[in-house]
Amino acid sequence: MTVGATTFKQLHLQGVRREFDAFTALKGLDLTIERGEFIALLGPSGCGKTTALNCIAGLLPVSGGRIMLDDRRVDVLRPEERGFGMVFQNYALFPHMTVRKNIGFGLRMRGVPKPELEKRVDAALAAVRLESQAEKLPGQLSGGQQQRVAIARAIVVEPPLVLMDEPLSNLDAKLRLEMRQEIRRIHQSLGSTTIYVTHDQEEALSLADRIVVLRDGAIRQVGTPAELYALPAHLDVADFMGFRNRVNGELVGMEGEDALLNIEGTVIRGRMRAASAGKAAVAAIRPDDLEPTGTDSGIPVRVEAVEYRGRGFHGVGVTASGTELHFASPYPLQRGAAVRLGADAGRVLVFGDAR
Amino acid sequence: MSAVLEGRAEGPTLRQRLAARGIDGATLLVLPCVALILGLFIYPFLYGLMLSFEPKDGSLFGNYARFFSDPFLYGTIFKTLRLAFPVTLLNLLIAIPIAFRVRLMRRQRLLTTLLVLPITLGTVLVAEGMLFYFGPQGWFNRALMAVGLLSTPISVLNGYWGVFISLVLTGFPFTFLLTLSYVTGIDPSLENAAATLGAGPAARFREVFLPLLIPGLAITFCLSFVQAYSVLPSAVLVGDPAGATRVISIAAYQAAFEEYDYSMASAIAMIMGAVQLLVVVAVLGCRSLFYRGPAAGAKG
Ligand SMILES: Nc1ncnc2c1ncn2[C@@H]1O[C@H](COP(=O)(O)OP(=O)(O)OP(=O)(O)O)[C@@H](O)[C@H]1O
Ligand SMILES: [Mg+2]
Repeated sequence: MTVGATTFKQLHLQGVRREFDAFTALKGLDLTIERGEFIALLGPSGCGKTTALNCIAGLLPVSGGRIMLDDRRVDVLRPEERGFGMVFQNYALFPHMTVRKNIGFGLRMRGVPKPELEKRVDAALAAVRLESQAEKLPGQLSGGQQQRVAIARAIVVEPPLVLMDEPLSNLDAKLRLEMRQEIRRIHQSLGSTTIYVTHDQEEALSLADRIVVLRDGAIRQVGTPAELYALPAHLDVADFMGFRNRVNGELVGMEGEDALLNIEGTVIRGRMRAASAGKAAVAAIRPDDLEPTGTDSGIPVRVEAVEYRGRGFHGVGVTASGTELHFASPYPLQRGAAVRLGADAGRVLVFGDAR
Repeated sequence: MSAVLEGRAEGPTLRQRLAARGIDGATLLVLPCVALILGLFIYPFLYGLMLSFEPKDGSLFGNYARFFSDPFLYGTIFKTLRLAFPVTLLNLLIAIPIAFRVRLMRRQRLLTTLLVLPITLGTVLVAEGMLFYFGPQGWFNRALMAVGLLSTPISVLNGYWGVFISLVLTGFPFTFLLTLSYVTGIDPSLENAAATLGAGPAARFREVFLPLLIPGLAITFCLSFVQAYSVLPSAVLVGDPAGATRVISIAAYQAAFEEYDYSMASAIAMIMGAVQLLVVVAVLGCRSLFYRGPAAGAKG
C-alpha cells in the first residue's frame, strides 16, 4: 500500500505553497533533501513549520507546487500511501491503546507478523527507555513519556522519511540530551532521512546536517550548522543563532571586508552581511563575544545587572541612548559601574537596513 | 466562611479536607436540582409504585398478574420494542456516516439549526404532516402514480410503517446531534496519526474512531431508545392503535382514561420503566467493556 515507502535518492519541494483562506502560511518552499540527511527546520512560532510538515506528510493538501521523491510525484498521494513517519507536536497518541499497542500500530497496519512485531516494539520501547510503562494507557503517562511514545511509534516502522515536530520540547534537560543522541543514533542506524522541527538553536546545531531557517512561510537561509552559526545571512536568522545584541548605528566607511559602524559616537568594526541603501545599519553580536575591553575603546555602558554563570559572569549594560547590551565578563562587576564593551571584528555582523 | 474554617494551626483545614473529597461551595448548587428531582421524579415514582400495588381486586400483585396473563396487554411490550429498537438502530446507523461528513464542514451551525426544528415541532405536527403527505391524495401517492409505479394509492399510514417513519423523522435530529457532538469530540490529529502509520480510511474508522465512539454511541442509543419506547401520539395518529402499533403507552392511557383504573395504569407505567431500564442497563453494561477516557491525544 505504501507507494512512497520505498527508498529514494532525493526529496524535492518545488514551490510548495499552502493557503488558509486569505492567509498564506507557506509562500513557495524550494528545497532538495538528500537521502540520509538530517534537516532541522528552525523558525519562530507561527512561521509555518508544522504546516510544512503536514504538507509533506500529506495531512494538508498543498495549494500549489509539487513534492517529488526523485521523479515520482507524492503530493497527490494520501498520507497512508506515502508512508512517512510523523511525530506530532501534540503527540496524537491513541488514548484507548496501551503504550505497546500504540507503538505496534504502524507495524500491525503493515501486516507484520506477530512475533516480529513484538520484537520490534520491544526494541523501540528500549530505545526510548519506556520498557516499564508498556502496559499503561497514554493518559497515565507524563508529558515527556507521552512524547517518547510518539517518537517510538513513528520510528518503529522504519520509514524512509521521518518528520518530527518538536519531539523533545517537553523533556527535562538531561533526558533531552539523551533522547537527542538516541534520535541521532536511530537516524544513522536506519539510514533514514529526517526533517526535524525545533525552536532550539542548540538542538538544531548539534543534530542537523543542514539547517533550514523559516520565517513568515518562506525560507530565509539554508546551510550547514557551521555556516549558519558563523555567518547568518539575515538579521532574523542571526537572531535565531544567538546574536542577542542588536545595536543600531551609522555606516561611516569600509576597510577591506570590514565595515566601520558608528554606534553612539564609538566606531566599531564588523563583517558586512547585507548591503545597506542608506547609512543606517544594525550590528549583531553574541553576548559571549562582547566583553569589557578594559581600555578606553569600545561602547560605553552602565552595568545594570550581573549574573554568575559558572564559568564567568553574564552582564547587562545600558548604553547612553538606552539600548540594552548583554555581555560576558570573566570577572565580577559592580552594578552601576561604567565599562566599555568590544568584540572581535570577525564576531560582529553588520546588516544593512535593506533586509 | 473561609475565615471560620481557615487558620487552624496544623494539618489541612476542614475546607481543604472537604475539597479533597470533591465537596466545596459549588456543591451547594446541586441542592435545587436535588429538590427538583425529589419533587418531580422520585415522589411521583414512589407514589405510582405504591399505587400499582393497590389494585381494584385488593391483592398485592393483581395488576401485574393481569398484565402478564393477558396477551392484549403483555403483547404491547414487544410491539413497542419492535418499533423502538429498529428505529433507534436505524437512526444511529444513518447518523454516524452523516456526522462523519458534517464534522469536516464549515457551516455546521446552519445545519444544526435546521435539524433542531423538527424537535421543536414535536411529534404531533410531524404526524399531521405525514397524514397529508402519505394520504391517498398526498404527494407521495400522486407522485408514484404519476410515474406509473402505482395504479392505486397505497396506504403507508395506519400501520407499523407509518409510526416507524414518524419515529425516524422525529428521532433522527436528536440522535444525529448527539452523535455529531461525540464525533467532533475526537481529536482529528488521531486520525492523521493513524494515516501516517499506514491505516486506510476503513482501518482508521475501525481502529481509532469506533473504539472511541462506542461509549458515546451507547448513551445516544439509550436516550434515543427511551424516547422511541414512550411513543404515543404518532402511534395513535398515523398508526394502527388497536393492532400493530398498540404500544405500551396506549395500554397505560386506556387503563387510566378509559377504564379509570389508575392503579393498573401505574402498574403498566412501572413495567414500561422496567423494560426501558433493562435495555439501558444492558447497553451501558456492554459499554463498560470499552475504553471510556477522554477522546483526545492527551498532552501535558
Ligand atoms: N487551519 C488553519 N487555518 C488558518 N490558519 C492556520 C491554520 N493552521 C495554521 N494556520 C496559520 O498558519 C501559520 C503557520 O502555522 P504553523 O502551525 O505551521 O506554525 P508553526 O511554525 O508550527 O508554529 P509553532 O512553532 O508555534 O508550532 C500560523 O500563522 C497559523 O496561524
Ligand atoms: Mg508547530
